[in-house]
Amino acid sequence: MFENLSLLALQHYWWIIISILGALLVFLLFVQGGQTMIYQLGKTEDERKMLINSTGRKWDLTFTTLVTFGGAFFASFPLFYSTSFGGAYWVWMAILFAFILQAVSYEFRTKTGNFLGQKTYEGFLFINGLLGTVLLGAAVATFFTGSQFSVDKMNLLNLTGDKMPIISAWETPFHGLEAIWDSNQLAFITNLSLGLAVFFLARLTANLYFINNIDNETLHKRNKTCLLRNSIAFLLFFLLFLGRILTIDGFAVNPDTKEVFIESFKYFNNLIDMPFVLVMFLVGVVLVLYGIGVALFKNSKKGIWASGIGIVFTVMALFFLAGFNNTAYYPSVFDLQSSLTIENSSSSHFTLTAMSYVSLLVPFVLGYIAYAWWSMDKKKITIEEVEQDHHMY
Amino acid sequence: MEHIDFSLVDWSRAQFALTAMYHWLFVPLTLGLSFIVAIMESLYVKTGNEEWKRITKFWMTLFGINFAIGVATGIILEFEFGTNWSNYSWFVGDIFGAPLAIEGIMAFFLESTFIAVMFFGWNKVSKKFHLLSSWLVAIGSNLSALWILVANGWMQFPAGMQFNPDTARNEMIDFWSVLFSPVAINKFLHTVTSGYVLSAIFVIGVSAWYLLKKKEINLAKRSMVVAATFGLISSIYLISTGDGSAKAVAKYQPMKLAAMEGLYYGSDHAPLIAVGALKNCEDTLQVHRQSFIFEVPIYGALSYLAFGNFDEFVPGIHDLVHGNPEHGIISYQEKIEKGKIAIDALAEYKTLKKIGDTQNAAIALKTFEDNFQYFGYGYYFGRDPHELIPPVRMSFYAFHIMVGLGTYFVLFFILILFFTLKKQVVDKKWLLRLAVWTIPLAYVASEAGWIVAEVGRQPWVIQDLLPSIAAVSQIDSSSVMITFFLFLAIFTTLLIAEIRIMLSQIKKGPESSPSKQ
Ligand code: HDD
Ligand code: HEM
Ligand code: HEM
Repeated sequence: MFENLSLLALQHYWWIIISILGALLVFLLFVQGGQTMIYQLGKTEDERKMLINSTGRKWDLTFTTLVTFGGAFFASFPLFYSTSFGGAYWVWMAILFAFILQAVSYEFRTKTGNFLGQKTYEGFLFINGLLGTVLLGAAVATFFTGSQFSVDKMNLLNLTGDKMPIISAWETPFHGLEAIWDSNQLAFITNLSLGLAVFFLARLTANLYFINNIDNETLHKRNKTCLLRNSIAFLLFFLLFLGRILTIDGFAVNPDTKEVFIESFKYFNNLIDMPFVLVMFLVGVVLVLYGIGVALFKNSKKGIWASGIGIVFTVMALFFLAGFNNTAYYPSVFDLQSSLTIENSSSSHFTLTAMSYVSLLVPFVLGYIAYAWWSMDKKKITIEEVEQDHHMY
Repeated sequence: MEHIDFSLVDWSRAQFALTAMYHWLFVPLTLGLSFIVAIMESLYVKTGNEEWKRITKFWMTLFGINFAIGVATGIILEFEFGTNWSNYSWFVGDIFGAPLAIEGIMAFFLESTFIAVMFFGWNKVSKKFHLLSSWLVAIGSNLSALWILVANGWMQFPAGMQFNPDTARNEMIDFWSVLFSPVAINKFLHTVTSGYVLSAIFVIGVSAWYLLKKKEINLAKRSMVVAATFGLISSIYLISTGDGSAKAVAKYQPMKLAAMEGLYYGSDHAPLIAVGALKNCEDTLQVHRQSFIFEVPIYGALSYLAFGNFDEFVPGIHDLVHGNPEHGIISYQEKIEKGKIAIDALAEYKTLKKIGDTQNAAIALKTFEDNFQYFGYGYYFGRDPHELIPPVRMSFYAFHIMVGLGTYFVLFFILILFFTLKKQVVDKKWLLRLAVWTIPLAYVASEAGWIVAEVGRQPWVIQDLLPSIAAVSQIDSSSVMITFFLFLAIFTTLLIAEIRIMLSQIKKGPESSPSKQ
């Protein structure tokens, strides 16, 4: 069935898949958010044990989603993969280092002979929670604010001289770090505000998750207090970001000539041109707020579900704003015509078709994940439950 | 790793090699131990004997420690294709990215979801569901191996693709021939079985240590029987798939085979060097027939290993570089020229097409297609063709270490199984000590295997199509150098931590489940 779709349709389909994976990833970053609050929420060793075991049972899921997000991006939009990862080297490396440290920390933290001491691993978890969220958020913000690179596919055929035959070149010596600090171009403020918004979002989702997952009165109370603060901080940074992108000039593509040009209020126009995205975005935001609201004022333990679905909708809407409606999703401010669009950076029709068949597995995968976790989470976490378990972090 | 001139390409290679070798320190144990654990748990569910449950949980704890660091080292490899080999990612992303994505969707989620059930589900789900989860973890981890090895196999032998001149990149045209390419299949079978062998040796070695310390006798003996049986079967299969791999190499990567055997001059009835030491000369092609300090050749055996026939001609390095018309081998110089023609013709085609000269564009395209086979060689235009020879010494020793140890492992499993079944193993102190010392040897063999596979194909990232000099990202070599040392420091620290945790967990034994610390 997929082979009958046009290349353009497949490119859209794959941008949707990427958006879903990205959105699920942002939701699952609650693991990272939780990691930054272990000491803030847990005042005794037992409390911290419950918190760490609560996120600890989910960390691999977030991690795997990140890995799959990367793999899917590679397969469907390889030019993005090569340009962004090879160019914004330092930002991606920093993100990766933060995740490497995390992956061992849960397992090693309390084991005897762990060499670095329990506190170090807790430090690693904190670093992962901070850098992992802020930098991922800032990297995604460059979908709107642009980066400095150039792409020339003909370079591959350049055999003369000692210039290396390299397709994508990054044009700043900071290799991506300029996204979070560049006094010449204030776009970094926009990037950072999304980064911090993601950071506080991860923390507030973690509060909601803990409220749901851990059966402990003291922790419940502390989570509520913390939730309020995180939500305010999140809203502040998110509105700052939103205000910026809805007013800035965006990177539009002429559908006939494929030429990239600057259009004022591009992202605002995208919202208006694509009402379903507008609706999705609004519903998403309302759901996030609703989840927070019921947790704060109705003492509900189920806020995580509304907010979680809300996050997925909102993030998907942001991806759609960046990629659809003739927009360049990875703009180059160095050379406008080097900007990447879903059309000029994708895999071939054949690969996208083959991969689309594979994507049919996704609902099945989501299904067994949900089933497995449903059967495991029926029993909420208490200190007795943690200590009884054979495998404790 | 001699004569690295520490330029960008070399640092990038060094970094990839470092991180890949670290990843491979943990992966094989995951591949095999997951099955061993699942088998043990099946015995528990079948017999209802609590002792088997205790044994299962013990090995599962070790599995968990190893798994975490395997995951930590894996993520970096995936992203390194983008960060350090960006040209490569674009040139072949269509074909190479697909298995990577499928791996994530099909294998990693399976693994990570059911690992959670396996670790935390003992008191939460039914016995049957728990057992199923353990098997799914084993299947999931072996599926991860499948997809990545398909990807790697494709780089050694690019099948199922076509070059698209308009986008200047390789595109997949046949998914199944990528998946079922003979190289990929062999690589998968050989590699996962090597993981089973390593894991069996690990379990036997740890059990032997208990027997030496007179602790956990029952657990150790039972584990030994399971592991030795599993190991013996796997090791025999390992050798047969190794033979298959060698035949695939002979067919698709003759230069690698020549390097593996230190074969400078080809011959009919070619000898396999059972044991040997290469002379120490840098400029290898100046050396002549006498490239060995000493050697124990088995005449005809290499011809047989490569082609299943004792008399077949096996080309040597010299034949491949300088050509051998008698056997229809064209020289590297000629290939380089053809490659250059292909690259230039493609550039011309694109220019002509842009200005609308379709007639001449078609001619250029034809020239390109006729020479495309040698595309990658074009990047060596104006350079010394000898640069296209892989590091011979490294390939040679790595190959011989692997094969030697592989043969030894079969004998080792036979001995262990024999004495265990005769109930004498407890008294055979020498054998138990040997078993403990065989653990590091399994790791050596396993890493050596990858060195053969990867070093032997240098300088190709994709055989004949893309050399590493045309595959890298444009970053300062100093940046890559910094990340190289960061990786070295972090991974080494984590490795030390892992080993120490492993050892203290083994010392404590199964009694002390972590909750009783
Ligand atoms: C415990 C580890 C182990 C042992 C004992 C052996 N191997 Fe192996 N071998 C590997 C572990 C390994 C590996 C790590 O799994 C490799 C690296 C890449 C691959 O495909 O498998 C490999 C690669 C590899 C290759 C290169 C394939 C390629 O370049 O694509 C050949 C020709 C052989 N092996 C042949 C053998 C033979 C004839 C053996 C006879 C005893 C043997 N191996 C034992
Ligand atoms: C360059 C090549 C490779 C890349 C890019 C890669 C990538 C990865 C990634 C990203 C993970 C973490 C997955 C998670 O989130 O759970 C991982 C783990 C794993 N990989 Fe690799 N990998 C490579 C080579 C290999 C090879 C050669 C094998 C097996 C033959 C293998 C088998 C596994 C297994 C079994 C795991 C599970 C975790 C563990 O090691 O214990 N990988 N790999
Ligand atoms: C896990 C075990 C592996 C080990 C120990 C290993 C080892 C190495 C080594 C030693 C090199 C550098 C060779 C040299 O420059 O002398 C290398 C390069 C490379 N390997 Fe592997 N490798 C492994 C798995 C893989 C896999 C599974 C893939 C792909 C799926 C892969 C892809 C590459 C690439 C792209 C390079 C860089 C380009 C090049 O130098 O050829 N490797 N690897």
